[in-house]
Amino acid sequence: MSAQVIEAPKQHISLKKVLSPIHIWGLGVGIVLVGEYMGWNFSVAKGGALGSLIACWVIGLLYTCVAMIDSEVTSTVAAAGGQYTQAKHIIGPLMAFNVALYLVLAYTMLEAADATVFGDLLQEVAGNFGVANLDPRPFAFLCIMFLAWLNYRGVFITLTFNFVITAFAFVAIILVFFGVAPWSPGVVLHHADLIHGLPYGWIGIIAAFQFGMWYYLGIEGTCQAAEECRSAARSIPLGTMSGMITLVIAASLTWYICSGLLPWEYLGQATTPLYDAARVTNSTWMQVVMFVATVFSNLASANGCINDASRAWFSLSRDRYMPPVFGAVHPRYRTPYRSVLFLIPIAVSFAFTNLLDQIITFSILSGLLGYTFMSINMMRFRRLWPLGSIHRGYIHPFHPLPAVMLFLLCTTVYFATYLGYGSQLLAIMAFFIIASLWFSLHRYKFVKRGDQFTMPWPRPKGY
Amino acid sequence: MRLVPDRQHRGGMAKNHYVPKVQSGFGQFIDCVLILVLVYASLYAPLLMQANSGSSAASSSEKPTWQSLKQNSFEAGQWQKLGYTPEQAQPIIETRFEYSISWPVLGLTAAVIIGYYLFMLKVSDKEYREVIREKFGDRP
Repeated sequence: MSAQVIEAPKQHISLKKVLSPIHIWGLGVGIVLVGEYMGWNFSVAKGGALGSLIACWVIGLLYTCVAMIDSEVTSTVAAAGGQYTQAKHIIGPLMAFNVALYLVLAYTMLEAADATVFGDLLQEVAGNFGVANLDPRPFAFLCIMFLAWLNYRGVFITLTFNFVITAFAFVAIILVFFGVAPWSPGVVLHHADLIHGLPYGWIGIIAAFQFGMWYYLGIEGTCQAAEECRSAARSIPLGTMSGMITLVIAASLTWYICSGLLPWEYLGQATTPLYDAARVTNSTWMQVVMFVATVFSNLASANGCINDASRAWFSLSRDRYMPPVFGAVHPRYRTPYRSVLFLIPIAVSFAFTNLLDQIITFSILSGLLGYTFMSINMMRFRRLWPLGSIHRGYIHPFHPLPAVMLFLLCTTVYFATYLGYGSQLLAIMAFFIIASLWFSLHRYKFVKRGDQFTMPWPRPKGY
Repeated sequence: MRLVPDRQHRGGMAKNHYVPKVQSGFGQFIDCVLILVLVYASLYAPLLMQANSGSSAASSSEKPTWQSLKQNSFEAGQWQKLGYTPEQAQPIIETRFEYSISWPVLGLTAAVIIGYYLFMLKVSDKEYREVIREKFGDRP
């Protein structure tokens, strides 16, 4: 390519800025709330009901640190790609490439898991109505296709839809909480008969941290929408922090309802614990509400995951970290449509592998690697651009406490993962090491160096 | 590395800018496939290594009862509402995790994670300096 080549002027089409704080709440909580309907309860198997409650609160602290850090950095680096774009500006290209892979894989795999469970739920209902052995895979496929179509058509309709179904799923938990009369212990709820201390002692509590992440996994996805907010500085902190508060409430209520109705051994392996809790109350309205809310939470999570995975892939491609063909924006709908379309067959293939355990573990570990990055990223962000040197949309308090606490909690969760899924942890690390070598030795030669820094900031301190 | 002179830099001084290679469509396709193959390999690798989650269930030849499974009357009632008999509930109730720590494997796992981050931060820093030099010019 010659420097003399004259290119025709191109019209720059950007993503549409239409989102407000409720959409950010709908995106963040929508991705995560499915974790209260299923998944969190595996922490009960790991450490008992009390161990799960401790994990819920300790991991809640981890995610509060994540939300605080994210709110500051994203309200300052308001671009699609979220943490990827932050890594590009604060740490460097290889870290950014890895962060984008964490995001794309975590969300695409979570989407596949959501679609699989959606199909399984419909199979179970069909079984209750006498239709035995219904194949759930076509329903998983249709679920992914419908939500991808929604994402293709526009971000506003996608996240408005997410807000509505997520709000329903959250209100449903509150309704059922009041339905089981928490003010009258021993009538519907029987915690005293069902909770038997810590079956595995302190190490069970640590082991429970791994699935305790399921209570909140994905809330950091709010950052992916930064480029599409009318005001990222307002919407991201407001949507993320209110989302985090919502999730802590939902997680605590969910634990309280389920641990007061189901034997802990059953709870630890249940596929749909909240729905099962409604079943044992013998209340028809609670069963119906919980079934609909479980389906909605699945759809909301898959929908938000498509949104976030496509933004991360789009950002990677726009910077040529991956093939630039996926970095296009739809001229009419203003969505990263090629990224949305490209990830459909990948999500479907994950959904059809029957490797739900591996997929969920990969998703959790990708998230964990991303949180470890965030603690390092925050320390560098304040060091390279001290307060006052650039405009920040939001400044989180108590720095560096949240970053240090996040790093320590991440280290503990790595240990928890080693206890249950040590070989998966090594396999996933091998993947990211090989991918990093491939990027450094091959892919990076297609990347324009100077284009990797686009923020209107002064030169970073020390560079 | 291909470098071309750039006189548009904000400092007005000539500096070398890296001009990236242009990748063919086939090359882009191969890159996407390679990443996907790596993802699938890491998903299937633990299965090939016959990994398990460290859980085991005690086996018993006797016909279980709710009492022998150490379930109180309320717990037994809840199992029954969920559609379980003692025989069906037994493998669930008796499954236990074994949290044994192999220090060499734990050390290896820690070394891999720490090594990964150190490598990534070192290489990223080298690349970042190049980006900053191209964006802002040589260090004053």
